[in-house]
Amino acid sequence: MDVQIDRVKASILKHKSQKKALIAILQDIQAEHNYLPPDALRAVARSLGVPLIDVIGVATFYRAFSLKPRGRHIVTVCLGTACHIRGGPKILEEFERKLAVQPGETTPDGQFTLETVACLGCCAIGPVVVVDRDYHAHTTTRKVDGILKRYRKPGRPS
Amino acid sequence: MIRLIMNGLEVQAEEGWTLLETAQFYGLEIPTLCHNEGLTPWGGCRLCVVEIGAKPKTRLVSSCTYPAEEGLVVQTDTKRVIRARRMMIELMLSTAPMSKKIQDLASKFGVTEQRYPPRNEECVYCGLCVRMCDEQMDARAIGFQNRGHKRKISTPFDIRSEDCRLCGACIYICPACSARCQGPSAETDICNACLQIEPTCLEEYGELNCWMYDAGRCGTCVQDKSK
Ligand code: FES
Ligand code: FES
Repeated sequence: MDVQIDRVKASILKHKSQKKALIAILQDIQAEHNYLPPDALRAVARSLGVPLIDVIGVATFYRAFSLKPRGRHIVTVCLGTACHIRGGPKILEEFERKLAVQPGETTPDGQFTLETVACLGCCAIGPVVVVDRDYHAHTTTRKVDGILKRYRKPGRPS
Repeated sequence: MIRLIMNGLEVQAEEGWTLLETAQFYGLEIPTLCHNEGLTPWGGCRLCVVEIGAKPKTRLVSSCTYPAEEGLVVQTDTKRVIRARRMMIELMLSTAPMSKKIQDLASKFGVTEQRYPPRNEECVYCGLCVRMCDEQMDARAIGFQNRGHKRKISTPFDIRSEDCRLCGACIYICPACSARCQGPSAETDICNACLQIEPTCLEEYGELNCWMYDAGRCGTCVQDKSK
């Protein structure tokens, strides 16, 4: 835990302890841990002199932040209008089945977090599935396995 | 001094007054829910809407946040205003039908039917408790979290906050926390009991008890009848 707090402090110093840098600092923490650990949030609140509740308010407002630990890979299935009519829900179901989690949940081995989004702005290549930063265009339920395999750690039973 | 027209009267407001404050100063009643004198204006409940501007280009604004402006024409109780207020009451009633304050408002404004299913959420997001905790109690233990339909008021991480001194001010000021007269076992979504009250008198109907919870609250039975 100590290391973690040190890194938080470093990030705060990088932004010169400015209150207006709150979101940037939270982004740093999120990038490092994949979620916002409670102790880190407390440390941010203390060093910026912002009430903890306001830090939490910001952290829970944006989808980019998560208060729950998230998996190594974030699988985001688009359910926007265009992807929806092209079979987004079917693909989501397939992911749910394959990973045995509901949207917003993380697999017990900490590998994948399943999420949904309403339109990514690239409807032409829909249905879209984004894993981490890779866009998988024209996804079908048959491609789901292949996509997951690419990110699964090699040598692990699938 | 700012001069403006309110309900056809020429009124004067001091610099920095809101329309609500001006109206209250002149004794014009405007209903409020999320407003409290000791707290910053919030403009959340929209009960205090008034119509401003000259016909036919009028608009509705919340009087608790709108500053008094020179020459402004304000109407506090037009048809449009009443309709908007009744709508807000109906919506809040569907959110928190167990609240006495909202039931009372419904009776007062003659809201007798409710077109939305009751959601029994017990919070109408008026933000009074959050502002109370922050501004008057200086604790900042509770606040809004999440957004959209997941929005809620809670402490950090939903556990008892170190900043909370258990002063109870949030409960004191909450309009949804006081249960409606029938208590939690109420059968209807709308109470409206006050609408049907024929003021009874304990002398004549003593064995029936008073309509109100604590006897004499309505004042009819203790009034001096000789006058
Ligand atoms: S609907 Fe999926 S990218 Fe637009
Ligand atoms: S009292 Fe003005 S909006 Fe609630």
